[in-house]
Amino acid sequence: MTVIDPTPEEVRKRGGEREVLLDLQNISLAFGGVKAITNISFNIRKGEIRAIIGPNGAGKTSMLNVINGFYQPQEGVITFNGQKRSSMKPHLAVSQGIARTFQNVALFKGMSTLDNIMAGRATRMKRNMFWQMLYWGPAQQEEIEHRKKVEEIIDFLEIQHIRRTPVGTLPYGLQKRVELARALAMEPELLLLDEPMAGMNLEEKEDMSRFILDANDQLGTTIALIEHDMGVVMDLSDRVVVLDYGRKIADGVPEEVQSNQEVIDAYLGLSH
Amino acid sequence: MQVPPSAGMDTFPQLLIRNAREWGDRPAYREKDHGIWQCWTWREVLGEVRKLSLGLTSLGCKEGDKVAVIGANRPHLYWVFAAVQALGGIPIPVYSDSVAEEIAYVLDHAEVRFAVVEDQEQVDKLLEMSAKLQQLEHIIYEDPKGLSDYDHTNLHRYLTVQEAGQTLLDNDEKLAVDWFETVRAGKREDVAVILYTSGTTGRPKGVMLTFNNLITAVQNANRFDNLDEKADTVAYLPMAWVGDHVFSYAQCLTAGYCVNCPEGPETVSIDRKEIAPTYMFAPPRVFEGMLTHITVRMEDAGKMKKKLFDYFLDCANRVGERILNGEKVSLLERMKYAVGEFCVYGPLKNEMGFSRVRVAYTAGEAIGPEIFKFYRSIGLNLKQLYGQTESSVFITSQPDGQIYADTVGVPMPDVEVKIADSGEVMYRSPGAFLGYYKNDDATKDTKTEDGWVHTGDAGMFLENGHLKIIDRAKDVGKLTDGSMFAPKYIENKLKFFPNIKEVVTFGNERDYVCAFVNIDLVSVGNWAERNNIAYASYQELAAHPDVYKTIQSHVNQVNKALSKEPMMAGAQIKRFLVLHKELDPDDGELTRTQKVRRSFVADRYAPLIEAFYAGETSRHVVTEVVFEDGRHGIIEATVEIRDMDTYSPECLSAIGEAAE
Repeated sequence: MTVIDPTPEEVRKRGGEREVLLDLQNISLAFGGVKAITNISFNIRKGEIRAIIGPNGAGKTSMLNVINGFYQPQEGVITFNGQKRSSMKPHLAVSQGIARTFQNVALFKGMSTLDNIMAGRATRMKRNMFWQMLYWGPAQQEEIEHRKKVEEIIDFLEIQHIRRTPVGTLPYGLQKRVELARALAMEPELLLLDEPMAGMNLEEKEDMSRFILDANDQLGTTIALIEHDMGVVMDLSDRVVVLDYGRKIADGVPEEVQSNQEVIDAYLGLSH
Repeated sequence: MQVPPSAGMDTFPQLLIRNAREWGDRPAYREKDHGIWQCWTWREVLGEVRKLSLGLTSLGCKEGDKVAVIGANRPHLYWVFAAVQALGGIPIPVYSDSVAEEIAYVLDHAEVRFAVVEDQEQVDKLLEMSAKLQQLEHIIYEDPKGLSDYDHTNLHRYLTVQEAGQTLLDNDEKLAVDWFETVRAGKREDVAVILYTSGTTGRPKGVMLTFNNLITAVQNANRFDNLDEKADTVAYLPMAWVGDHVFSYAQCLTAGYCVNCPEGPETVSIDRKEIAPTYMFAPPRVFEGMLTHITVRMEDAGKMKKKLFDYFLDCANRVGERILNGEKVSLLERMKYAVGEFCVYGPLKNEMGFSRVRVAYTAGEAIGPEIFKFYRSIGLNLKQLYGQTESSVFITSQPDGQIYADTVGVPMPDVEVKIADSGEVMYRSPGAFLGYYKNDDATKDTKTEDGWVHTGDAGMFLENGHLKIIDRAKDVGKLTDGSMFAPKYIENKLKFFPNIKEVVTFGNERDYVCAFVNIDLVSVGNWAERNNIAYASYQELAAHPDVYKTIQSHVNQVNKALSKEPMMAGAQIKRFLVLHKELDPDDGELTRTQKVRRSFVADRYAPLIEAFYAGETSRHVVTEVVFEDGRHGIIEATVEIRDMDTYSPECLSAIGEAAE
């Protein structure tokens, strides 16, 4: 296998020298006796697309859950935007600018696309319940502002035609797109995507890749994604971290990772 | 902005000035953007057009320049027409879904110097072809999405061009007056637009239409249907097609009505419902599609609703058309119809966006009599017209109250129509085109010296003075036994079944007629779902024995119907097959306007035709296909061929005599 080593300039171009947005130091997570994550450290730089890969059960989703505060790691320190923390609640993560999508689409099935995306703006609504119930006046004004933002996202992801459709009736590929829209509606600094392309056909994958790149490029969102399609990972991401059995086995630019013997072994299933 | 006094009414920019003066505050164009209908009044449109026009001059656009317009229906793109015409240039709309090579051919042939396009997709196509397009100097795009990193030496944003125009205006007040003077200098005989016909055979030809052609034809049409500035229409058909150019630009400027542009091709039905146009046009497939959709949804409705629907539709079927035509109908039936209007027809029309329609047209293909009758019976004033690019659309049209499903109406005012000895329909009218651009041979073949234009369609006048179109003249042939073979006539009869999307028949100089059938995936797919038939692809569903059985019964019905028509009885379908792939414009099998390219299909599937006449019952074929993104692939299938019974000709009815 021929490997082209990236030059330092290339690494820099890919965000290698940029400021660190999220830093994870020696994270360990266990459920009773089961060790999901063992002593993992890596960081995500501002503006990059960071992929987390690994075989099934490697601890990738657990890692995302640690980042957005759904799981509390037993050990380790997380620094986000310069703020250190050892424990985190999901709603705090959201208010700090971390949004995510889920491996199994987690939308409100009975609600329309528009309402689902509006739900993404909920944390940014300033008026309290009283005003919201009254609706007319300041709350309405606020809603119009948010609706504008949502319409921009609808335009960005090209889902105008399903604006009023209940998401439960949409095909899977579109549901995934709506979920991405809802996450983007939070205007996150860091966007966590858990297998954004699972179960999609080639055309849908191409569309999704385009949207991820555009979100990164035009909206300036930092993205961490878990994905199994290696072609997608290698094409999209600036840097890749590889997990196996809860440990980190490689970290670097796609070319490096591809040629790493340990990674090849993990994927081809060598006996441990 | 100061709107100058009368500037004449000879060109579209001049009409635009008139509209800005007379209906300055009335809506001219609307577009749904970010979920909200944005509106421009006539006065605003004039301002936008002037800015753009002056911006174009700053890029070097001058009299006689050709400017290509490529994109979906956007007000900004319609304004390009007027902006270019104001300078004495010629706009050339191009089909936006064409592949890069097709676009390059048209742009090269027309010597286009400027292209105004909708978005990144079109910019990419042009850049890809830049080596072939030596004359193309500037590309202007409307939607900046994804284009920020491109080299902007010869690439400009629409808004920037307009701003440049505005700056020119701000710096030099005299420029505004000069611009109006240029507009006033426009002459009626000037070429207004070159429309490239998609052409079922050979390379596209550029049809030159003058302002006189378009304006005269359109004024007559406006009078014919009493269209004025209060009308509303939805623009959703390709801008490069003469129909859209007339309905959404020429007619709109002449009558002063409002054109509404939907958000995108997928949202047309939603947006049409919101706008509720008063004047609309749709090719038969749109009406077919809507009816199929309704039928499918009614299958899912509750028993009570279904009963109500059936009862009132039955009532409409009996009296609806007569009420629409203003004929005598009993009071009881009228009352029933009124209740039906309240419970069924009204909501149905609202659902389809037809609540306010005064006139709806269909043309381009024959429409199924059942479908036609359905829409008319629920109170939609649906009419047929006959026209082509070369005639500025209007040749014949159905006057209110004289509607027959199998005819296309009577000649429009100022239009003379005759049937040549060969059976071909010919016309002479003020709307008849100037000629084909850079193709005098073709012009001579089509337009005689005294102004008669060959339509290429075979047709006849019925006793009531209405024209009936049978088929393309060159497609009408004979079987070896001498009986007439009009392929499209037979195909249309089959296509009226919702399960069948497309048919291609063969039989010229053969012993008998054979047919390729394309199933309709929406309708047949729905049926499959209902009957728990699993399928993975179009190919699999098409080859299903039950599907074959259904199609066979349809073919049988058509044969029965044909046997009753003395002229057509000999051309009953003897053998048919269901094709393993959908005919597709990307593969060159259909034109961009979804018409079958008969000879191309015959070449491509020659082994299947061979199998037809060799009497085989199945044949293995390999077909190359082009995917949407331009990659190539291969489909393999063993296609089954079935034999059909034919019927001996029955009673020689009055139809034959009417045909004389």
